[in-house]
Amino acid sequence: MAALTRSAPSEQELKSHEMGMHTEQLTGRSQQQFFDIDLNEKHHGFGLPDTFDVDFNKRAEIDASNMDAMAVNKRIRELMQEGYGTIVLKNPGAKHSLAVGILNRLNLIIDGSLGYFGLGLIDGPNVRISGRVGWSCAENMMSGTVLIEKNAGSQFGAAIRGGDLVCKGDVGSRTGIDMKGGNIIVGGSTGAFTGFMMQRGRMVICGNAGKNLGDSMYDGVIYIAGEPQSLGVDAVWGELTDLDKEWLERKLRMYDVMPKGGIGSFRKIVAGKQLWNYDNLEPTEKKLVL
Amino acid sequence: MCGIAGVIHRGGATGVGQEMTAMLQSLKHRGPDSTGFAVYGMTTPDEYVMRLKLAEAEDLETDHKIRDKIRDRQAQVDKRLAELGVVTLDVAEPRPYAFRYRLRYAGDTKQLATDIEQIEGAEVLSFGSALELIKDMGDATRVSGQYGLGSFRGTHAIGHTRMATESDVDIRSAHPYWAYPYNDIAVVHNGQITNYWIMRREMERLGHRFMSNCDSELLAVYTANNLEQGASLEDSLRTSIKEIDGVFTYLVATDKELGLAKDTMAAKPMVLYESDDLVALASEEVAIRAIVPREIDTSDPYDEEVRVWQR
Repeated sequence: MAALTRSAPSEQELKSHEMGMHTEQLTGRSQQQFFDIDLNEKHHGFGLPDTFDVDFNKRAEIDASNMDAMAVNKRIRELMQEGYGTIVLKNPGAKHSLAVGILNRLNLIIDGSLGYFGLGLIDGPNVRISGRVGWSCAENMMSGTVLIEKNAGSQFGAAIRGGDLVCKGDVGSRTGIDMKGGNIIVGGSTGAFTGFMMQRGRMVICGNAGKNLGDSMYDGVIYIAGEPQSLGVDAVWGELTDLDKEWLERKLRMYDVMPKGGIGSFRKIVAGKQLWNYDNLEPTEKKLVL
Repeated sequence: MCGIAGVIHRGGATGVGQEMTAMLQSLKHRGPDSTGFAVYGMTTPDEYVMRLKLAEAEDLETDHKIRDKIRDRQAQVDKRLAELGVVTLDVAEPRPYAFRYRLRYAGDTKQLATDIEQIEGAEVLSFGSALELIKDMGDATRVSGQYGLGSFRGTHAIGHTRMATESDVDIRSAHPYWAYPYNDIAVVHNGQITNYWIMRREMERLGHRFMSNCDSELLAVYTANNLEQGASLEDSLRTSIKEIDGVFTYLVATDKELGLAKDTMAAKPMVLYESDDLVALASEEVAIRAIVPREIDTSDPYDEEVRVWQR
C-alpha cells in the first residue's frame, strides 16, 4: 500500500492551504505486477476457476430456512467439491443471490422461489425451479439450462451469452435486455422493452409482449405467438422460415411449452439495421461523403 | 433505492402493525435511513386521531433548550385546540417530539390542521378517523417498538424504508406522507420524480402546502389536489402516470382502499400476492414471505399498471 509522507510545508504549500487547497504527495511500493514464466497461471490469477468432477447419482439436500445467501452458495460449492452432482435446495424463501456463480455441470433442483439476482453468472448447471424468480434471474448466464415453473420478474436473462432460460409463466419488463446469445423462452406474456438492445440469440414469447418489443436490437431473433403492444425502434417483422419452425418445434416440445395456436401462430421479429451503428463509414469518411 | 410495502385484509381487522413491521424489517437493506408506517384501525364516529411532531429528532442533540421549546409548543397546541372547540380525549407522547392526540371535533378539520401548523416547529403528520401515521429514524423494529405498533390491529397498512437520495435524512423527509388536508389518505413512493419543481410550483400556485423538499411529498399533494377536483383514487393514479415524469412505483391508502401505480418504464420493482382474503405487495418478495411463509404464486405488475383494492 502506498504511504502518506509529511514534511515541513513549503511557502507555496502554506499559501495554498490558506486558500483552501491541499495537496499531498503519495509514495510507496509499485502496484505493477510482472509475469514470471516459472510460476503457473493460477498463481497469477489467470487459471481456470475451480471446477469439480461430480457424479449425478450422488444426491444431497440443503435446507436454506436459516441460512443466508452466502452460506447457501458456499454449501453448494462444498457439495460439488465432495462430488455431489444432484443438489436439492429446499425452502429458499425468495432470498436474493442464491445459486450464483456455479461454473460446473450440476443438477440443481430448487424447491421454492428465488428473490433477486438468482442464478447469476452460471456456466453449465441444469436448474429446475418449482416456484417463481425475482428480478435479474440468470443474468450473464453462459451455458446450461434453467427451467422455471411459475412467473419471473424484470430483467429476466439480462445479457445472457448462452444456454436455455425458460419460464413457463409470465415475465416482467426488459426481458433479455442486452442479450448476447443463448435462448430465452417465455410460456406466458412479457412486459415492456423486451429484447432491448438485444445483440444475438433467440427469444420465444408464447403470449403477448408489452410496448417497444425489440427496441434498438442489433441482431438476433424474437418469435412471438401473441401480440406485442408495439414494436421498438428498428425492430421489424421478418419471414418465418421452415428452419425457424423446426427449431421452435424442437425447443418448445423439449420444455413442454406451446402456445394455444401451435407453431403456426408464431411470427418473427428481426433488426431493421437502420440505426446509426450500422453505418459502416468511419466519421472521417462520412465527412467526405457529406 | 427505497422499499415500499402494502397489505390489505378483506376479512376484518388483524395485527397489521406487526405484519407491516415484519415486512419493512425484511426490506431494511433497501433503505436504512428511516422507516414509516401508515396503519388503518377501527373508526369511531366523530373521533379523530392527529399525529404531530413538534421538533425533529436531531433537535434533541443540537438544541439544549429544545425540551422547553417542545413544552411551550405543546401548550400552544392545547390552547388552539381549546379555542377551536376541540375536545381532547387523550394525549400520548411516544417520543419526546412526537405526539398522538385523540380528538372529538365537528368543525373544519383542514382549518384545524392549518391552525396547528402555524405554531413554530409543528407539523401535522396525519389526521383522520382510521389513519395513524408514524415515521422516525432507524429500522422497522426500532420505530415499531418506540411507537408501540406491535399490538396495533387494523384492516390495512402501507409502509416505507428510506434510502435518502435527493433530500435530508430527517422525519420531515421520511415517508409516508399524509395527503393534507384529506383525512385518512397516505402515500409511500419508491423512485425519482424528474418534473418535481415544475409540478410543485403548479401545486403551490393552487394553494397547496409543502413541508419538505422530498419529491415523494409531491405525490401526496398531487393526490390531494386530484381528490379535491372530484377524481376517484383510481382516476388520480391513472392521471399521475401521464403527468408525473420520472421512474416511480407508489402506493396510496385511504380509509377503505389501497391503490398502486407504476410508471411508463416499469423501472421500480413491485411484487404482488393476491388471495381471497389478503392482498400483499412489496418491492421484494422477501417482504411478502415475512407474513406469508408458505409457497405462494406472485407476479410483477407491468408498466403503467394501476390497481385499487377495497378492504
